[in-house]
Amino acid sequence: MKQLMLGNAAVARGLYEAGCGVVSSYPGTPSTEITEEVAKYDEVYCEWAPNEKVALEVAFGACLAGKRSFCGMKHVGLNVAADPLFTISYTGVNAGMIIAVADDPGMHSSQNEQDSRHYAKAAKIPMLEPADSAEALEYTKIAYEISEKFDTPIFLKTCTRIAHSQSIVETSERVDIPVKPYEKNIAKNVMMPGNAKKKHPVVEQRLRDLAEYAETSPLNRVEMGDTKLGIITSSTCYQYAKEVYGEGASILKLGMVWPLPAKMIKDFASKVDKLIVIEELDPFIEEFCNTLGIEVNGKDLLPMEDEFSQNLIAEKLGKETPDGLSLDENIPVRPPVMCAGCPHRGLFYTLSKNKCTVLGDIGCYTLGAVAPLSAMEVTACMGASISSIHGFNKALGAESEGKTVAVIGDSTFMHSGMTGLANIAYNQSNSTVIILDNSITGMTGHQQNPTTGYNIKGDPAGKIDLEALCKAMGINRVRVVDPYNLEETDKAVKEELAVAEPSVIISRRPCALLKTVKAKPPITCDPDKCKGCTKCMKLGCPAISMKDNKATIDPTLCVGCGVCEQLCAFGALEGNGND
Amino acid sequence: MTKNIMIVGVGGQGSLLASKMLGKLLLSQGYDVKVSEVHGMSQRGGSVVTYVRYGEKVYSPIIDKGEADYIISFEKLEAARYVSYLKKGGKIIVSTQEIDPMPVITGAAQYPENLIEKMQAAGADVDAIDALSLAMEAGSSKAVNLVLMGRLSKYFDASEEAWMEALEACVPPKFLELNKKAFAMGRDA
Repeated sequence: MKQLMLGNAAVARGLYEAGCGVVSSYPGTPSTEITEEVAKYDEVYCEWAPNEKVALEVAFGACLAGKRSFCGMKHVGLNVAADPLFTISYTGVNAGMIIAVADDPGMHSSQNEQDSRHYAKAAKIPMLEPADSAEALEYTKIAYEISEKFDTPIFLKTCTRIAHSQSIVETSERVDIPVKPYEKNIAKNVMMPGNAKKKHPVVEQRLRDLAEYAETSPLNRVEMGDTKLGIITSSTCYQYAKEVYGEGASILKLGMVWPLPAKMIKDFASKVDKLIVIEELDPFIEEFCNTLGIEVNGKDLLPMEDEFSQNLIAEKLGKETPDGLSLDENIPVRPPVMCAGCPHRGLFYTLSKNKCTVLGDIGCYTLGAVAPLSAMEVTACMGASISSIHGFNKALGAESEGKTVAVIGDSTFMHSGMTGLANIAYNQSNSTVIILDNSITGMTGHQQNPTTGYNIKGDPAGKIDLEALCKAMGINRVRVVDPYNLEETDKAVKEELAVAEPSVIISRRPCALLKTVKAKPPITCDPDKCKGCTKCMKLGCPAISMKDNKATIDPTLCVGCGVCEQLCAFGALEGNGND
Repeated sequence: MTKNIMIVGVGGQGSLLASKMLGKLLLSQGYDVKVSEVHGMSQRGGSVVTYVRYGEKVYSPIIDKGEADYIISFEKLEAARYVSYLKKGGKIIVSTQEIDPMPVITGAAQYPENLIEKMQAAGADVDAIDALSLAMEAGSSKAVNLVLMGRLSKYFDASEEAWMEALEACVPPKFLELNKKAFAMGRDA
């Protein structure tokens, strides 16, 4: 049956149809829905792992045991999983194993714009790159065949516009893949120097074999059109190129972007007058062409940054672009904000009020850096808040200890925060760590994690007790506050910053968007009492605005959290709940 | 010839349901269809945009400046933000609701005035409707998306049965009557 399917859902369908047995992933935009969708098929075991390294190792174990396995992640997640990746390349697999990695050109929801194709080259494993949902489904199935035929883990790479675009797919039935018996093979699977030394040449030969496969594989195809211009491209750039040129250029469309087919590229180059590589981010294919001695345009004309579009390609390559309308008006930007009722708001207000230096982390709460709170000044990667506050305080001592905090979410703490906290406990910096426990992985769209007590299917699961964990790791001062209570939160922050030992504050309140969280009636503003002092505006709550010098509350947005009520010195803001 | 519809609004307003319904409708009409949206960071009250493209064969999943045949906007400022994407002779269907963005809330910027007139002056064919009031009249402020889809159906060469089929496929049964009412109100307003 023909249906519209999200790229991520198409990968999930491909996994199902190919008989995949075990899936372990960590959520990350734009990869998350692959794992959410495949979890809907009861035939496939699915889980959220605490981080990508764990997920990849789980998938490795499952494929060794003999079931086709999968793990999915965003581009920066692959950095976390890189350690096992480079060595699993040496051991190879038993049943097939796919690693999906989703890049985010344009950084719609990411902290950098890294190009994951370099990992395929560096780890010496093949990478497929679909250009729409139908290919996402088909390539997923082909990936298992390649993985098993060449005894290698394999990458399936997407980007935001493939992962989050719907296009037409045709589905088929699931094939039953019998478990491939596991056999003890120390030389293959124990990567100590003596064994790894013998495996490295095997890996190099595998790469040559894969390059040979790439020459004839239907994954790479030539679409001859006008031969004045030849375009080498892949993924969503193929779609943009077709949009601009149609039959007006010849196209070599690469579905396998590592290893690359040298003979095919040379042959294609010889048939066209002029050659250009159209690829987002780094000149990966272009540099390969350079090593072949082929004259080619690419990043001399097209940018290294941001995502492409049909107009961008047309404009850079000297074709006409359509004229749009133009409006002579200053349109204010509309950046993302913390939601009304977000439990993080009260905490960030407190940190801002106390003029804390806030080292932050990755999650919804990164929005604590946005005006008017502007209460976060460093964010790099998952877990970095806790590790870097230790370095910050070791460098400055008492000068920073009394006013610096690390802020990290519950899921991010499970992902990469614990080792940083172990370092604080072990090497004893007088650091204050605040865990923002909103009982869910928020930014990626509400995934369960090891602290929530539920698994990916929403069934009861193991639950890690954060207080007990921090204490067991050697932190003696662990306290829990409700960030909706500004007085309590302020007291905790002041006290923990003042003490001369490491401490953890758990700021605990479930995400206001969770279905299990019942909103209270909206706050109302009494215009007779409101003096227009704008103190409530310091919260940056999207439900509060000033109209005619009086605070007004948008009843469709307000969830009655009551934080603004605590700020009003004139009693103008009134809660209407029973609590 | 590929046709382009942009659905724009503020994160959380329900534009994903509108694009899902439109996708189903266009598929049932025998077109090739691509729908592209962005999840994640931008959904937290930020400006959101969904691209719907259809025709005999659709390549790019996104709509670029000067290409949109229709812009359907859940909010006035967002319609104005994307005016440059409208092709000459294109139509904007806009809900007249105003939602202040953070720079306006904090006083760093003003919500621009007379946006409908300014968009018209720029050459856009603007169909402005108070979709929020109509949705509330139909029974829920959440039905704005169906009011706007109903409005779009006026300009579309697809049968009412096809629209209803797409609607039924996207809406939970218990809200079906409410949503049908909102759709009809949008079309007839």
